[in-house]
This record gives sequence, structure tokens and C-alpha cells, in this order.
Amino acid sequence: MTGAEKPWSAPDAELANADEPTAAGMGDLADALTPPSPMASKPHRIYRHRVSTRLWHWTNAIALIVMLMSGLMIFNAHPRLYWGEYGANMDTPWLWIGPTPEGGGHLLLGRSIDIPTTGVLGRSTNPNGSINTHAFPHWATIPSGYSLAGARRWHLSFAWIFVLATIGYALVSLVNGHVRRDLLPKRHELAPRHLWKDVVDHLKLRFHGDEPGQYNILQKLTYGLVLFVLLPLVILTGMTMSPAFDAAFPWLLDLFGGRQSARSIHFVCAAGFAAFIVVHLLLVVLAGPINEIRSMITGWLHVREVKGHGAEGPGAGPRAREEQTA
Amino acid sequence: MITPTMTRRRLVGSLGLAGGGLLLTGCDRVAATPAFRGFVEGSERLTMDFTRLVSARDALAREFTAADLSPVFRGNGVTNPTATDYQAMVANGFADYRLRVDGLVRRPLSMSLPQLQAMPRRSQITRHDCVEGWSAIGQWTGVPLRLLLNQAGLLPQARYIVFHCADDYGPGKYYESVDLIDAHHPQTILAWALNGRALPVTNGAPLRLRVERQLGYKQAKYVMRVEAVNSLAHIGGGKGGYWEDSGDYAWYAGI
Repeated sequence: MTGAEKPWSAPDAELANADEPTAAGMGDLADALTPPSPMASKPHRIYRHRVSTRLWHWTNAIALIVMLMSGLMIFNAHPRLYWGEYGANMDTPWLWIGPTPEGGGHLLLGRSIDIPTTGVLGRSTNPNGSINTHAFPHWATIPSGYSLAGARRWHLSFAWIFVLATIGYALVSLVNGHVRRDLLPKRHELAPRHLWKDVVDHLKLRFHGDEPGQYNILQKLTYGLVLFVLLPLVILTGMTMSPAFDAAFPWLLDLFGGRQSARSIHFVCAAGFAAFIVVHLLLVVLAGPINEIRSMITGWLHVREVKGHGAEGPGAGPRAREEQTA
Repeated sequence: MITPTMTRRRLVGSLGLAGGGLLLTGCDRVAATPAFRGFVEGSERLTMDFTRLVSARDALAREFTAADLSPVFRGNGVTNPTATDYQAMVANGFADYRLRVDGLVRRPLSMSLPQLQAMPRRSQITRHDCVEGWSAIGQWTGVPLRLLLNQAGLLPQARYIVFHCADDYGPGKYYESVDLIDAHHPQTILAWALNGRALPVTNGAPLRLRVERQLGYKQAKYVMRVEAVNSLAHIGGGKGGYWEDSGDYAWYAGI
């Protein structure tokens, strides 16, 4: 691997080893973050995302959105979720989305929770003005008009892209140290004080804290949850729904407590991915969308343009700098 | 006359809708291109080859116990074929029913229901998975398909087994097909009983297919004729099954 391929090595700012902050490293980092003096006004860039991460990010973005939207259409074919091995119309679902007899739409959770969703879930309006009583509306599904066969074609073909790209990314990330160096939380980051500080920083819309080249701890925990929990769960529960895979790997049924449980978990994972995408996009916008999106295309993050990074805040980096200069 | 109703919020809203609409029609348009078709069919082939690669040829679908049975086994699709010849068979308890086994076989068969029931039987409590997403567990009893095929003597050029059914769907009758791997699988049976009782009309009386490693639409009901063929191209619409022809469902339904 070349020097340029190493993430967060920053030829401009000499941030090459900032991921293991030493006193010296911190000083370099602080240099990079201090409000530039007229003498040092040239913008700093840090190499933040390797080509493998960027490639996977965009492949995955497309695959995940296609799979979510086609998955909603597949759900429309039987908008009920059950626990256990079996579950059909005569059995009791724990979740059901559908039209109400009174002309609305609702989501039923268990026997008692009845959430009105008229206009969106269970009853919505198609572009041609007709009423759609499927669980999810036309704008949320692929294909937009009801087609279980079409949705299955999208879902099951993109599943290959999703799974192969994920396996490739996982292997590359294990080999090149992305997982160990960038994704695994460091011990000190998990200290309650540090966690709390990061929560407060997020609430103040300060996302890059002291180290704009690194994921903050909330990012690490979120990506950890998505990469190491949601991704394997969604793939394995997807396989558990296949009668052929169940015959090949019967332990899948034991692992999830039956095909209908697996289907429920698959759907809950999908909701988790949807929530992740919403929060992810929101944070990209809040952190400076052009710089953030550019960094995921070119790999380079412009540090001076990072909104609310530690330079103006009371983060450890600038404080360390202040201590040094005091 | 133009009414100045285009507020900024409405403009943003309609731009969003237009963008979304573009994306959606985009997906629907992409789906119609030959390239997408090729990609989808290639991945279907990959799925089938992969599931076959990771499975033992005779890997069994899980079998459950009587305690696991669904309280009600849902009937789906056609639950009471209207054809007069079928209704006549129902009226006299399928006494006139004959299963034909023909096509690329050495000795075509014609079997009555008692003859089928006198053959070696297999009982299995298995899960039925509809392509829509629901599952039901039932106990099926019937004759293993491979015994019938052995009795008829498959010719070497036979590649697929086609099941011709009595349920009428618009212009044609229901039909389905499997390849020889699934046809010879130990759990592939032509079932004449569900949950210890004669197969109800709702669930495919007098005889239905069970291919336990595939989805519900492969489990042909009301089976009248079993035909061994070399190619599916000249049967029905050529895609190997009623839903494959008319609804664009995949022929391989292992997933």
C-alpha cells in the first residue's frame, strides 16, 4: 500500500500518524486545526476514505436503497409479521399494516397498539388518483406499482451485489487495518466521560471533535452496530427465508427461532438501515454536505471547511494546543 | 389567468416529487431494459447454482413434529377448480381419477388413487412457504415421485418433469415443472393426504406435488398428469410454469 493510499495521512498537514495521538502528534494535529494565521491560510486536506471504503460506500448506497424499496414491495404481498416457524392469515401477527374498515390506514402492534397511518401506510393515493390499500405507498417501493415478482427480481439480484460487495469490503478492511485502526473504539473513547462529551458535541453540531480525520466515538459505535450486527443479521435472516438455504443450513432456523421469526428480524433490520440512512444523511447535511460528499468521492476532506470542528471549540486538541502555547 | 399559488414550499415540494418520480419511473424503466433482464436472469441462475453448490443433493428440508402443525393450513390460489370434469370427479369421490405418467418414459402409466395409495408412502411434516411471505406447517403423505418415475422408466433424454393440473387460470390450466434433481429428492412426493386425512379440495385433491426445498407456487395442486420432457420451451408459455409464464416469477423458487 502506498503512502497516498493510507487514510488520513495528510501530506499537506503532515498528519500521517494522527490516529495514535502522542504529544507530538497532538501538536501536529492542533496545528492543522487552529484557525489559520494569515501566514498559513492554505487549506488543509486530509485523506480520509480509502478507495475500498468509497467504492463500497457507493455500491452499497445503491444496493441498500434498491433492497429497502423492493423489500417494502415484497412486504406489501403479506403485510403481517409473526414469531416462530409458521404464520399465515389465520395466525396472530405481532405487526400488521393495512386499511381500516372505516376508510383509513393503520399499523397494528400486538393486540392493543393501533397507530393511525392514513395517507401513508395501509391507505394512500396512487399518482393516477386511485386508492392504494397496500401497506407501503407507491413512492416507497420498487417497482412503484404492485408487483411481487418484479420486486423479487430487484431484491434477489441486488442481494448478490450487496453480499459480494460487503464480503469484499469486509476482507479488505480486515487486511488493511481499517477495522482495527478506524472502526474499533479505543479504550479511552469508551469512558463514560468521553462518550458524554461526544453526545454533547453532537448536540452542539460539532462532529469532528479534535480529530477530523477520525471517526468520533458515536460514529464508531453506529458503524460498528451497522457493520457487525445489522449487516450479518440481515443477510442471514434473508437466507433463512429461503427453503433451499434452510435445507442446506438447518442451523439457520435454530439460530433465529424459525422462518417467520427470521422474516420479522429481517424487517426490523431493514427499519434499522432506514433509520441509519436518515440519521446519516442528516449528519452529512449538518456537517457540511459538499465537503462530506466530496470526501466520499475523492477521499479528501478539507479541514478548514469542516463546520464546528475543534478549532473553535473546547475540544482536547485545541486545549492541548492552548496548554502548549500557554 | 395565472394564480400566484406557487409558494417556495410548494416549489420545493413539487421539485422533490418530480425528483422522486424521476427516480421511480427511472427504476421501472431500467427494469424493462434487456440489460437489466440479463442481469436479473443471470443472478437467478447464480442463486440456483449457488444453493445447489452448498447443498447436498439430497439435503432434507426440516421435518417438524405434530406439535408444530399450523392450526389452520391456508388454501391459496384456486381452492375449488370449476371445470366440469373436475367437479364430476369430486362428486364421485375421485373414483374415476387417473394419474397419467407419460412423455419421455418407456412405460406410460395410468394410476387410480387406490393404486397410488398402495405404493410405498412417505409422511413428512414440513413447512410450506408462500412466495408472498407466509408459512404453514402441515403433514403430507404420498408416494415419492422417484418411485413413479422409476416405474415408468425415464428415457435418457428426459430433463424436466412437468405437472399438468386441473385448476383453470384464464385461458390455460395450471402447470409447474422441476428438474431431475428435485424430482428424485427423497422428500418430493405426490401427496394424497394432509394432516392424516384425505387431501381436501382446498389444498389440491386428490393429488398434489410437494417439492420441499422450493416455494409454494411450485407445489402444484390437482395434479392430473406427470410428463417427462427434454425442454420446457414448448410447454405453456415456455417458462416452466403458470406463474412463470403469466406473472414473471422465477422458475427456480428455492429462495
